[in-house]
Amino acid sequence: MDTQNCFHCGLDIIKAEEIIFDDKSFCCNGCKTVYEIFSVNDLTCYYDFEKAPGATPLDIKGKYDFLENESIVAKLLEFEEEATAIVSLSIPHIHCSSCIWILENLQRLQKGISTSQVNFPEKKVRITYNPQTVSLSKIVYLLSSIGYEPYISLENYETGKKNIDRSLTYKLGVAFFCFGNIMLLSFPEYFEVNEFWLDTYKPFFRWLIFILSLPAFLYSASDYYVSAYKSIRSKMLNIDIPIALGIIVMFVRSTTDIVFNYGSGFFDSLTGLIFFMLLGKMFQIKTYSFLSFERDFKSYFPIAITRINSDGSEESVPVYDIQKGDRLLIRNQELIPVDGILISEKAAIDYSFVTGEAVPITKNSGDKVFAGGKQIGKVVEMEVLYSVSQSYLTQLWSNDVFQKAVTQRHKSITDTISRYFTPVLLLIAFASFAYWIVIDTNTAFNVFTAILIVACPCALALTAPFTMGNVLRILGKQKFYLKNALVIEQLAKVDTIVFDKTGTITTNKKAKISYEGESLSSENLTNIKTVLRASNHPLSRMLYDFLPEMKSVTITDFEEITGKGIRAKIQGIEVVIGSAAFAGSPDENTVLQTAVHITINNEYYGKYIFNNQYRVGLESLFKSLKQNYQIKVLSGDNEGEKFSLEMLLPVGTELIFNQKPEQKLEFIKQLQEQGRNVMMVGDGLNDAGALAQSNVGISISENVNVFSPACDGILEANEFQKLHYFLKLSKKAMTTIRMSFGMSLLYNIIGLSFAITGHLQPLVAAIIMPLSTITIVSFVTIMSNFYAKKLR
Amino acid sequence: MSVIYLLISISIIIAIGFFIAFIRAVKTGQYDDDYTPSVRMLFDDELKVENPKPEQITEEKQN
Repeated sequence: MDTQNCFHCGLDIIKAEEIIFDDKSFCCNGCKTVYEIFSVNDLTCYYDFEKAPGATPLDIKGKYDFLENESIVAKLLEFEEEATAIVSLSIPHIHCSSCIWILENLQRLQKGISTSQVNFPEKKVRITYNPQTVSLSKIVYLLSSIGYEPYISLENYETGKKNIDRSLTYKLGVAFFCFGNIMLLSFPEYFEVNEFWLDTYKPFFRWLIFILSLPAFLYSASDYYVSAYKSIRSKMLNIDIPIALGIIVMFVRSTTDIVFNYGSGFFDSLTGLIFFMLLGKMFQIKTYSFLSFERDFKSYFPIAITRINSDGSEESVPVYDIQKGDRLLIRNQELIPVDGILISEKAAIDYSFVTGEAVPITKNSGDKVFAGGKQIGKVVEMEVLYSVSQSYLTQLWSNDVFQKAVTQRHKSITDTISRYFTPVLLLIAFASFAYWIVIDTNTAFNVFTAILIVACPCALALTAPFTMGNVLRILGKQKFYLKNALVIEQLAKVDTIVFDKTGTITTNKKAKISYEGESLSSENLTNIKTVLRASNHPLSRMLYDFLPEMKSVTITDFEEITGKGIRAKIQGIEVVIGSAAFAGSPDENTVLQTAVHITINNEYYGKYIFNNQYRVGLESLFKSLKQNYQIKVLSGDNEGEKFSLEMLLPVGTELIFNQKPEQKLEFIKQLQEQGRNVMMVGDGLNDAGALAQSNVGISISENVNVFSPACDGILEANEFQKLHYFLKLSKKAMTTIRMSFGMSLLYNIIGLSFAITGHLQPLVAAIIMPLSTITIVSFVTIMSNFYAKKLR
Repeated sequence: MSVIYLLISISIIIAIGFFIAFIRAVKTGQYDDDYTPSVRMLFDDELKVENPKPEQITEEKQN
């Protein structure tokens, strides 16, 4: 077999379909066309940066007609004036440097575009164009024609300008500015030389330092005061209380020091502390901007739909404007946005996105169709029963249980520690104050403040952010994307894992196909394959991919009957492929089986049976997970595969079938009421409720750019077998944090011993604080990297 | 020695100048995307070295 790859998209080329153009081979006409567009415009540089970077353009005729509607366009634009308009489009295909290059050279492909700028991490392109020369729909079609189809959904509607929160960056900048300058200005004081000139300028330096510390104290650290205040009000002692207390005491003490000329104060340590802690915060916030963990139905829904007016004309209208009684036109691969009644004779609707079931359901004229289904096949018409907000799916989503509870249901490890830390710290401070006040009032105040200053749990507070931030990055590199660092803690606590079946432990793409019946001659196989090629039905596509490579023959007559099958003629031979009844199968169609029956020239041959294909490494994964976790499998499907699943999975795995989305959620809830920490691993919208209810909801995605329901983490399907490794790593991360807590407490004890005895000099504080921070940060980074390597 | 007042003031003013530059950089969104510019920088060079002509051609086309 020739294993040549397409010059444009890198896919294998089927010999018979190979297209040679310009001495380069392409897999299809689409890829060739893109190459042509690029070569005509001298943009072949595209292929220099990355090998085979492209995607085959899909046929999207009519899909973006709604962009002709000006009110819709206006909602999508970021900025609009007479001769300039700016639009941000999300393009999931952006994946390499070639993509950036071609998208930033759009102005060479289309007149009217002035600049385009790619934001790679967000997979977005921001296009500035002249609406008088070129329309948005033209740009979108251009992008689609070169293989970069933008994703426009209801979510984009009324986005307007998003406010990006940059306050942490500002705060960090301010803190660093203050810290650096104060360090420089306090340098003379560190040496404590009684030199005449230094003594003369002492007040000047000190007051300058005081002024410089104000922005850091008042602005940069403000989050800590707010958080401390909130936690006192909710009577939960979190780590921010001793931090805020330390900062305030430090500031007050230092100010009194310089006012009464007792010393130079701790302004250097104060600003350094704020800076390092903000740095930790920054490090912990690692977001995968191209992923969204908070998706709801809006990101799946189309922005506009074709409505048929009473006079028969077609018009694109925003989905929110759809009224009861409207007639809608649903094209191939379009999502049905509202509940309604089918007017056309037949429709095949793929509800995989709602139920997880991959095989489309056939609906007849007059049947009710629900929102969320995808039409497969020809164009159908439907009449609207409910508007978007009243449709079943939207209602389901607005249901309270489907909304993830906003309140944090757990205490983080740092908060648990600080529950003991804060009272103990206050106890020590007051005890030493009581001891010293008998001897000397002045020292007593000094010692009291010194304790609060030195015990300010900077290292303690930094431990968790740096460990988790680092583990988050390690996991991200292995295609396991978590919503935030807190999820790692949750992962470590999990003791029960619930898997969804369809799409999670089975793959959607490949099905295991077996043949049952009379053997087919190679001539018949050729005929079947040729007929299948013309069909767009998912089962046909799967079977087509499964059958061996053949040369194709000409079909003379072809008819596809939606929901039944295909009837075609090849050189006088009639081939019928389809359901049992359609193909005239003698046996009753067994309900629990997905099969395609074959009849050639009125003679029944047999059937191809589709079994779900389980993910690679499933058996060994479950075996190893079984040792430490309780495993349960939920499925929305019937019990057809119970036996094969029982064979595959370790003994004692609970299998539950016929579960509706609400039942899945209820199941998780019950487990939680038994005191279990549940991790739910699922995929489609049908698992959305269960994912939200579980302690950790992980969504499996074949392609992370495609949309997954709201969850705590997204795992790329190919990495599925690594799940146990990820769980082990999260446990080790917690061990690392505990070890480092021990270390930072040690530093606190050393610092306290200085403080209690009344010997805390500003210089000592200035050394201990950064030293502890740096050792802790390097310790946790090295440890988490070590575990990541060792466990693999 | 009172020149130290002047020197320190100048140094602080310069530092504040840089600080303002930083604030402006953040405000204009330079820190929002820290990946793409690193790649974009490399393209400009290759375009100039490899294809000095194409840009002229496109200009002619547009005229």
